[in-house]
Amino acid sequence: MSGYLAGLLAMLSINIIVAYSVFLPGSAGLLNLGAAGFVLVGAYTAGALSSLYDMPLAPAIALGSAMSALVAFLIAFPILRTRGIYMVLATFAFAEVVGGVLLNIPSLGGAAGLSVMAYAGLPVVVPCAIGTVAFVAWLMRTRFGLSVRAIHDDESVAHLFGVHLRMTQVMALTLGGAVGGLGGALLVHQFNFIDVQSTGVLFSIYVLLYVLMGGTQTVWGPLFGAIFFTLVPEGLRKLSELDPSLKFLEGGRYIVFGVAVVLIMMLRPQGVITRTMIEGWGGSARKKEAGA
Amino acid sequence: MSIALQLEGVSKSFGGLKVIDDVSFSVPTGSRTALIGPNGAGKSTVFNLISGVYPIDSGRISALGQNITQMSVAHRVGHGIARSFQNIRLMPHLSTLENVMLGEHHRSRPWELVSSRKASAKARATLERAGLGTYPGQVVADLPYGIQKRIEVVRALMAEPRILLLDEPAAGLNNVETEELRRLLQTVSDSGVTLLVVEHDMPFVRHLCNHVVVLNFGRKIFEGTPEAVKQDAAVLEAYLGTPDAMEARHA
Repeated sequence: MSGYLAGLLAMLSINIIVAYSVFLPGSAGLLNLGAAGFVLVGAYTAGALSSLYDMPLAPAIALGSAMSALVAFLIAFPILRTRGIYMVLATFAFAEVVGGVLLNIPSLGGAAGLSVMAYAGLPVVVPCAIGTVAFVAWLMRTRFGLSVRAIHDDESVAHLFGVHLRMTQVMALTLGGAVGGLGGALLVHQFNFIDVQSTGVLFSIYVLLYVLMGGTQTVWGPLFGAIFFTLVPEGLRKLSELDPSLKFLEGGRYIVFGVAVVLIMMLRPQGVITRTMIEGWGGSARKKEAGA
Repeated sequence: MSIALQLEGVSKSFGGLKVIDDVSFSVPTGSRTALIGPNGAGKSTVFNLISGVYPIDSGRISALGQNITQMSVAHRVGHGIARSFQNIRLMPHLSTLENVMLGEHHRSRPWELVSSRKASAKARATLERAGLGTYPGQVVADLPYGIQKRIEVVRALMAEPRILLLDEPAAGLNNVETEELRRLLQTVSDSGVTLLVVEHDMPFVRHLCNHVVVLNFGRKIFEGTPEAVKQDAAVLEAYLGTPDAMEARHA
């Protein structure tokens, strides 16, 4: 596999993981614009452990994820006191605070960023992405997943049937933090470098878009969103290289991509992948099976 | 005769508007009690007070021998009170099976949160018993109104309630669906569950219920049997209509 394709696959895998860090609280109706914060906590924790303390890769990544989960658990309580747009702003502020703190720790490289030696290649990153998708798909089929989705649909009725709102939302945010931290830990070891600027507000907006555009109704929405946002701009760039008549795509691919995103949002405001769509596919397959 | 549910001097105001005014009534254990009255009488508000959606301003609510006035919403379902809603409040993006499974969430232990097999099997069996066994995998938002109404009842049944509150369960159903629902509720009642039903469909009430409470402008104006309610002047005036008024309507 070429270096370009390997890099693209690694980035796609990390984007998928980070998308699920926003999907987990999102599926409980909690909009998180602070993905960058959890990614940075995971990245700097794992990066510092492997580079400053010579910890092997696997435990460093695990502890990066655990630290991000702990931070998510701690901030869940104040964040859950907010609602709607204020929650979005609170999570955004959290990411900004994390970035600000990291910029002011010289031992972690400050504004210059943190370089690490250990490398997480495709054999590490891709299974982690597959494992994350499988884990979230399993989780959403459990009673915990059911209560999370019930809160998303109608919080007061869910509460009426005994769903513990605060505990479920705290768990969703904590698990989201753990997954985001995993993404960060892989990111720093895939690129052997992390700095605060590379995971700023735009990063958080993109990750939120993966989830909202893909759809929060099913576990496949974020997967679609991450694939779309990672591969389509690259595909357009490749097209501009292959066909001289499409040369305008080299610089203008983000315009085409942006228009495509706006159109999808207009035509599928509930996200591209919906529960009804998945059930429809399942129903067609069952009918075919029955007819065969 | 033991009492399953009792309201004593219950009042509730929203701002300056007193919507429930010193209401007291009892629901006998195992009875099928109808709570009727004109629109705006406060019937759904009473349901919201019993289920804990709204706190009461004054008075006392007891259920199954315990004062539940201060009991939290989530604990009331565990205490044996489940309800349906006037406007369908199913989870639109969940399947029928998942909606029904939610009904018994209050029984799940923390370690059961990572499994759904037991709840799923129980929900399937409950759907089968209610004649809805063909819909478990379908997203409820895609199902007809009448089916959704019945799923809401089944979800409440899944909570294994001892007191079941049903807010206009027959509204919007055709005659066949209404009769199916009546039979289902009769079966539920026969199993010992106490029913409190808000309903405008008087033939449905007459066929199902053996005890009636009538509200008007947030006050109780009648409590008694379905036969007696037809003879009560205040109820005829406020809700059912006097023979003269009905004659004038048909003229």
